[in-house]
Amino acid sequence: MTALQKDRKRGPAPAPAAPAAPTKPALHRRTTRRHWWFTPWLYLLVPLTLLVAFTYLPIIDMFGYSATDWDGISPTSENVGADNYLELFTRPELFKVFLVSGVYLTASFVQIAAALYFATVLSFNTRFRNVFKGILFFPYLMNGVAIGFVFLYFFQPGGTLDSLLDAFGHHGKQMWLGDPDLVNKSLAGVSVWRYMGLNMVLFLGAIQSIPGHLYEAASLDGANRWQQFRHIIAPSIKPIISLSVILAISGSLAVFEIPYIMTGGANGSQTFVIQTVNLAFKFDKVGLASASAVVLLALILLVTWIQRRLVPEERVELS
Amino acid sequence: MTTPDTALAARRGARRSPRARFTVGGTAKYLSLVIASAIVLVPLLVVFLTSLKTDKEASTTGPLTPPGNWFNFGNYLTAFQEGRLVQALVNTAIILVISTTGTVLIGSMTAYAIDRFEFRLKKLVMGLFLVATLVPGVTTQVATFQIVNDLGAFNTRWAAILLYLGTDIVSIYVFLQFIRSIPVSLDEAARLDGANSFTIYRRIILPMLKPAVATVVIIKGITVYNDFYIPFLYMPDSELGTVSTALFRFKGPFGAHWETISAGTVLVILPTFLVFLTLQRFIYSGFAAGSTK
Repeated sequence: MTALQKDRKRGPAPAPAAPAAPTKPALHRRTTRRHWWFTPWLYLLVPLTLLVAFTYLPIIDMFGYSATDWDGISPTSENVGADNYLELFTRPELFKVFLVSGVYLTASFVQIAAALYFATVLSFNTRFRNVFKGILFFPYLMNGVAIGFVFLYFFQPGGTLDSLLDAFGHHGKQMWLGDPDLVNKSLAGVSVWRYMGLNMVLFLGAIQSIPGHLYEAASLDGANRWQQFRHIIAPSIKPIISLSVILAISGSLAVFEIPYIMTGGANGSQTFVIQTVNLAFKFDKVGLASASAVVLLALILLVTWIQRRLVPEERVELS
Repeated sequence: MTTPDTALAARRGARRSPRARFTVGGTAKYLSLVIASAIVLVPLLVVFLTSLKTDKEASTTGPLTPPGNWFNFGNYLTAFQEGRLVQALVNTAIILVISTTGTVLIGSMTAYAIDRFEFRLKKLVMGLFLVATLVPGVTTQVATFQIVNDLGAFNTRWAAILLYLGTDIVSIYVFLQFIRSIPVSLDEAARLDGANSFTIYRRIILPMLKPAVATVVIIKGITVYNDFYIPFLYMPDSELGTVSTALFRFKGPFGAHWETISAGTVLVILPTFLVFLTLQRFIYSGFAAGSTK
């Protein structure tokens, strides 16, 4: 973010911020004379080749495939125009995946709220704060397949969750992963379990960069913890919160790993990416899958564009 | 993100603010932290308990019951031998070392070229890298697959290595951000001593970039170790299993044997846990820097 912001602010005029800036353009002009025109390109040769081959070429190809009925194997394919897109938008079951995204999106708001709470709590004077921080963050570092298995076992009928509920007096077995009404909530819960810590650490970093004298001034004025949160912490970490919200939206559109590992998309837990992958690699409908991927890409770019429009690039200045 | 001064000030401020006393608020705070920690730890502990149970225990006792023998490591042996975890660790290590080294070289060279040279089309090059950060990798796999296939890399370790190298733009930004803080006067001094641009890169820039290299190695290392999608899609051969895909394949043969699956899961989590314990501080700052790019 910060790097992007710097670039953007630089824009047409060279950056004024850095202390070395006044001398830098002059030095650059001198360096320009000392190297061949192709020297920078030598350094960029490999990175640019990889960038084009694995990011831009696939995008272009994807648009191409999306207008054909190619199965991914045969040497020939028919041009079908916009048929794939029509099929996507007219077959209701292909659209159901967006409802699933909605469940993950709701869960990610719970996740952000929890992360905000724990980051605030841990930024205050708390015993064992590093232990708590470590425990809550660790799931983010864990292998996705391992997490999948941990929770397959956790949600098993008569498994950990059922036993715990039993111990607390709630009897009866739920099909946590078998019931179409429950499965997405269970899986979204796993996603909150996995990613909450990352949000928390990001928020905590932002909170700790707030100058301490602000709190002192506030408590001299008689502000309580809630007022401190409301008027000092919340405004100064607004940029990172809005970034997290945007990442939550594009993330909930691109959910794949946890549901694929745990249920394979069964019982109504199919997500957009699982559907696309299945279309392409299971049902050999590369054309339709490409159209579907183009739609997803467009949606994510749209969300990002809205973010850039809504969220001011400047970090909120305090002090 | 956080300059040391302000972080220190914030901490000092926190210390001076009224101490947490035994109030209702204070109790609620610790209670919430303990409950959250329990939610994180209980599912993991249960898996650890199960991994120490015998076949019979696992199927007859409840998940919260401790194992009869705390030193029953038989399931770990089974996981290692029949689960092909040794081979998976070797494969993962090969892919990890090559793609992490490559990412460091590629990222630092790109940052060097962009920050230290003036050249035509520089804006375009930067734009290409910038726009690429917006494209989520999962969306383009359908077409990427065909390219990897055309290169003949499908079902080889190169598929994963190439994709890890080719789609890592975050690390370029980490290097770019860091290289700006290295004074250009150092380059100039070396140039006056007759050093060419590559010598400057190798002798001055790369050594000065060490903290950024550490950040990138940590982020990249953990990402590659945990990645499931790419090895699953591009290396279906069971000889080429990585930690993730080898563990995923436990699902078939050990379907009902939760004690073996649990042992495999613990074995996969253990290295991450050890790395986290030893490198905690770098990991927090690294991921904070990496994910807000």
